[in-house]
Amino acid sequence: MNAQFDVIKKKRIQMTIILLVMLLIVFGAKVLTDFSFMEGLASIPGTVFWMFTNLIPTAEAMENFPKVMERLWETIILSILATTTAGIFALFFALFGSKTTKINGLLALLSRVIASVFRNIPVVAWALVLVISFGHNVVTGYFALFFTTFGFLVRAFMETIDEASTDSVEALNATGATYFQMVFRGVIPDTLPQMLSWVFFMIDTNIRSATLVGLLTGTGIGYIFDLYYKRLDYPTVGLITLSIIVVVIVIELISNKVRRMIL
Amino acid sequence: MPTILAEKTEVYEKKGKNKKEFQNSKTILKIKDLYKSYNIKTPVLSMIEMELKQGEFVSIIGPSGAGKSTLLRCINRMIEPSEGSIVFDETEITSLSKKALRGERAKIGMVFQHYNLVSRLTVFENVLHGRFGYKSTLKGILSIFTEEEKQLALEILDKLGMKEFAYKRCDQLSGGQKQRVGIARALVQQPKLLLCDEPIASLDPNSSKVIMDHLKEICETMGITVLVNLHQVDVAVKYSDRIIGLNKGRVVFEGLPKELSNYAIQDIYGSELEDLIVE
Repeated sequence: MNAQFDVIKKKRIQMTIILLVMLLIVFGAKVLTDFSFMEGLASIPGTVFWMFTNLIPTAEAMENFPKVMERLWETIILSILATTTAGIFALFFALFGSKTTKINGLLALLSRVIASVFRNIPVVAWALVLVISFGHNVVTGYFALFFTTFGFLVRAFMETIDEASTDSVEALNATGATYFQMVFRGVIPDTLPQMLSWVFFMIDTNIRSATLVGLLTGTGIGYIFDLYYKRLDYPTVGLITLSIIVVVIVIELISNKVRRMIL
Repeated sequence: MPTILAEKTEVYEKKGKNKKEFQNSKTILKIKDLYKSYNIKTPVLSMIEMELKQGEFVSIIGPSGAGKSTLLRCINRMIEPSEGSIVFDETEITSLSKKALRGERAKIGMVFQHYNLVSRLTVFENVLHGRFGYKSTLKGILSIFTEEEKQLALEILDKLGMKEFAYKRCDQLSGGQKQRVGIARALVQQPKLLLCDEPIASLDPNSSKVIMDHLKEICETMGITVLVNLHQVDVAVKYSDRIIGLNKGRVVFEGLPKELSNYAIQDIYGSELEDLIVE
């Protein structure tokens, strides 16, 4: 009874200390950076007002719409292409890296390390590095998206496999099935919906990243965003932003529908 | 408690009158000096010896962590044994290459506590998975099965009362039905030995009886040797031709169900009978 009381008391003290430390960090940062909460809050209405007066697409901006659509289409195709091809490679690396389906320890470690390296270099860094070797074109964007997507999907697929198919893998191995029989008739049917949902997630993440990557490589929607932004043509910038939002929402709706169909 | 057990023994003896003798049957599985450990200090299994005859129904009982599942999985090398010899159907299992092992695994059916089906596939597809051991990789991946194989799968499903569910997805079935699919998958392998790892541990009493009755019938009518891990002593006594008691990785009892005295049960489970639910 007494010991239990002490545990509760100890936890309460711990929580109080953690809270105090967090408050201290916040105020320390505020003092160091000269940031004022009140000023920040006060500027919000002004910003919103500016956005509504400048970023609303005007009739003039709408004239650029076909051009925007063309670039947007390029970006959509690029991110779908990068995601799906990365997904295929990721599937094999995930199979070799997963605890359930690994062939041997060395190969598992190797595929985990490779995926981790690709994942932990940000897409912007990839774009900047690749632009040196490939120049300002679509291929650079493709590889930048491909590498980060590949790294992320290996990790996501590996966890999906370990979570969903440990049992059926055991059963199929016990029947004397070969490795690829086990993978194609056991692991993939078990994990397909989850894996597809990760692929869709990456497609719409990549459309957003492609905007940034395009800005650096001079391709796709990112390029014309940069172009009109530097021309101070804010209504067109607003139009571009809105169309990106619409595309991301549409892809999310499609992915939900597809997922429900195959589940 | 003791009276309940006495009753059980009586039931068994009545049944025992038409009990087969296995002395002259063919040996299907012979385990010698089997030893398994993950670290040197505590072996999971040590000095395991057993011999199973064709058509025999043998139960392994023992407390959790006694090594029952490990023992079962050592037989088809789902877990690699550390030392010892396992002879299945006149083949030494422990020294087989990967490819040869696949061929032997095809002749050993396995039934699991959690059924281990591919839940998003249909019953029929899951049952046909049992044929993979006899197939080339490509034929397996493309699901190319012969007419005879499909017929065999349907016959087995029919026998287990599951034919009407053949085209249902496995995630729509109840536990007892899933386990029958698991058994069907094992039988479609046309095995000589059936390993069952706690086949009724996740089932209600009703389904448990259905499953145990099926296993017993498979054993008697098809002449397949059945080796079952069980938690329920009374079930083991009722269904088995022979019982093996395991404790801390060692065989502490081996004999006919009627020889399983209260003293032996205490020995296997390492506690007083009053502290156990034997029924």
